[in-house]
Amino acid sequence: MSEKQFHESNELKVSGEFNETHRTQRTLQTPKTLQTNKINDDLLSSLRPPTLRWYLLALLLGAVVAWGLAAFTWQLTHGMYVTGKNRPVMWGFYITGFVFWVGLSHSGTMVSSILRLSMANWRRPILRAAEAMTVFCITVAGMFPLIHLGRNWTFFYMIPYPNQRGLWPNFRSALLWDMTAITVYIIGSSLFLYLGLLPDLAVARERSSGWRRKMYAFLAMGWRGTAHEWSVYHRASTLMAALIIPVAVSVHSIVAWDFAVTVVPGWHSTIFPPYFVIGAILSGVAAVITLMIVIRKAFHLEEYLTPLHFDNMGKLLLVISLLWTYAYFVEVQTTWYAHEPIEWEVFSFMSGTYTTQLLIMLLSNSLLPIVCLCFRRLRRSIGVMLVLSLLVNVGMFIERFLIIVPSLSHKNMPFVWGSYSPSWVEISVNLAALAGFVLLFTLFAKFFPIVAVSDVRELEARRGRVTMGRAGVPSIAEED
Amino acid sequence: MEKMTSPYKWGMVIDLDRCTGCGACVVACQAENNVGICDKKEISEGRGMHWLRIERFWVGEYPDVRVRFLPVMCQHCHDAPCEPVCPVYASYHNPDGLNGQVYNRCVGTRYCGNNCPYAVRVFNFYPHQWPEPLDSQLSPDITVRTRGVMEKCSFCIQRIRRAKEEAKEERRLVRDGEVQPACAQTCPSEAMTFGNLADPRSRVARLSRSPRRFQLLENLGTHPSVYYLKGGGREHV
Repeated sequence: MSEKQFHESNELKVSGEFNETHRTQRTLQTPKTLQTNKINDDLLSSLRPPTLRWYLLALLLGAVVAWGLAAFTWQLTHGMYVTGKNRPVMWGFYITGFVFWVGLSHSGTMVSSILRLSMANWRRPILRAAEAMTVFCITVAGMFPLIHLGRNWTFFYMIPYPNQRGLWPNFRSALLWDMTAITVYIIGSSLFLYLGLLPDLAVARERSSGWRRKMYAFLAMGWRGTAHEWSVYHRASTLMAALIIPVAVSVHSIVAWDFAVTVVPGWHSTIFPPYFVIGAILSGVAAVITLMIVIRKAFHLEEYLTPLHFDNMGKLLLVISLLWTYAYFVEVQTTWYAHEPIEWEVFSFMSGTYTTQLLIMLLSNSLLPIVCLCFRRLRRSIGVMLVLSLLVNVGMFIERFLIIVPSLSHKNMPFVWGSYSPSWVEISVNLAALAGFVLLFTLFAKFFPIVAVSDVRELEARRGRVTMGRAGVPSIAEED
Repeated sequence: MEKMTSPYKWGMVIDLDRCTGCGACVVACQAENNVGICDKKEISEGRGMHWLRIERFWVGEYPDVRVRFLPVMCQHCHDAPCEPVCPVYASYHNPDGLNGQVYNRCVGTRYCGNNCPYAVRVFNFYPHQWPEPLDSQLSPDITVRTRGVMEKCSFCIQRIRRAKEEAKEERRLVRDGEVQPACAQTCPSEAMTFGNLADPRSRVARLSRSPRRFQLLENLGTHPSVYYLKGGGREHV
């Protein structure tokens, strides 16, 4: 049989299958297809026409985003004095937001690719949400450095574009590394998301009509589900998963280098890159847990996101939280032991002025997760997990703030020590970033399958029961 | 590519024994360099625009109190932390050993300001106005900076350029003492000496070899062009 014939026969088989599916949908014949249909129905439920509640939510989020845009316009037309920044604290809430959102973006791709590579089957229902989160987080994060510029309208000076004057950006600057890394990460994670979405777009195409059908048909790029396509798809997604990990690690290392390569006391520290990467994964994993809970509730996916998933994610969070605690301890311990006057001044200023914040951070990033997540009952409790995961991210925002601001407030020259408190503009823009992220996510969930249908179905297809003597053991088939 | 060499390495020596803390240099600098006029509010917010400040320190306990003054401007480091961090080359090193700042190129990331250990870089948080008749005093030799731009002491680069051009016409090098920035020119007690550190016979080079010399935050290895001569600390209040 030639290759062409092979494909044609496959195509026939596939279309036959679809016909069969449509038929069984009506007659409900075999239990197997019924199950497949149920999965499709359940998982594609987010694509149903939006309810009034959804519109209200979108309206609220849109209003917050609009408010943030207004605040930014205010800053654009008046000047940087509308922020709380001054000399010496020239970076504040914007850069805090930037580092925070870059951190959040790590979750997705890291979690999903590590779990994909380690073939953890429980990952399947959360993959899509985590990957989408990455794309939106990094998009939101990428806006902060532009918002914080003194002359936002000249941002393109930082892009290496050919020009008559022969001017080129300075690749020795950590900010240029940042821009490069973030661009790579946005492209990489979007591809990662899109690749995983392909088969599901085909499923959605088959089950929709009108403009949606046209959109899905266009985006599915003629996916038919032939054996060849699947094999290429599996190879590509494994490759992407392996490739995206170094990118993710490099992105947050570079963000850490923004601080570590300077001569600012409290910033200039070799532990920053790994410490930031760990912090990023911590906030990322926590955000994925929050997201799982929200999706589970919003789309009634209790059957697909079981306490077992939360148990596993809880274990992951526990490990990362331990790692974070270790990194933080190492950082503080060296400062304390060396007692270098300027470094120590920064640390005592930080712990003295921001004691409450410091305690909240330690409690929510380290103490509470480590204690609570040791217990299986608490890991399997959705309520506890929700509180913990939210707290971790509150703690992580504080952590970013405590790294950036106190160091700048008490730099080397005591005569120009200062302090910083965010203005309403900075707070509004940060809130708008949060709302914008949620809005993007809600829109995504309305237009694309938020749970990886084909991944879940693949798992169902592989699931079986092995009988050994009289005992039956649930099993999952894996390719070699 | 042409190798960037220059016979000049501009530097300054400030004798702290001579500094009385009068502040004439601060005013002269403001007048010379089109530095924005700030009101009380801006200064109290930490958004003052002085390129040169006089740090005042009280030493000792009452009644044995002494006051020390330390004029601090851009130290024009030879390994300047502000230069490599600028993503657009707005802060750069010029062949004469000065830290240049290209206002037109600056996008306002303020990274240089954070990384300057001397905190001498000032940022235009406010759009500054020069009310009449101060607007007539604006120097045509220097750009008037808009808001959102970083600026700092340039060692009065416009004066240096003029002196170099005049010297070039006469086919000679700039003579010692021929050029000095506004602050040094104004200092009533002649605490500031400006000149070419690359010329070992210049006044500034001789003073910089004094046993009283020190540099600010020497431990950071920034190699500043500004030397200070230690004061005796006899200034009783």
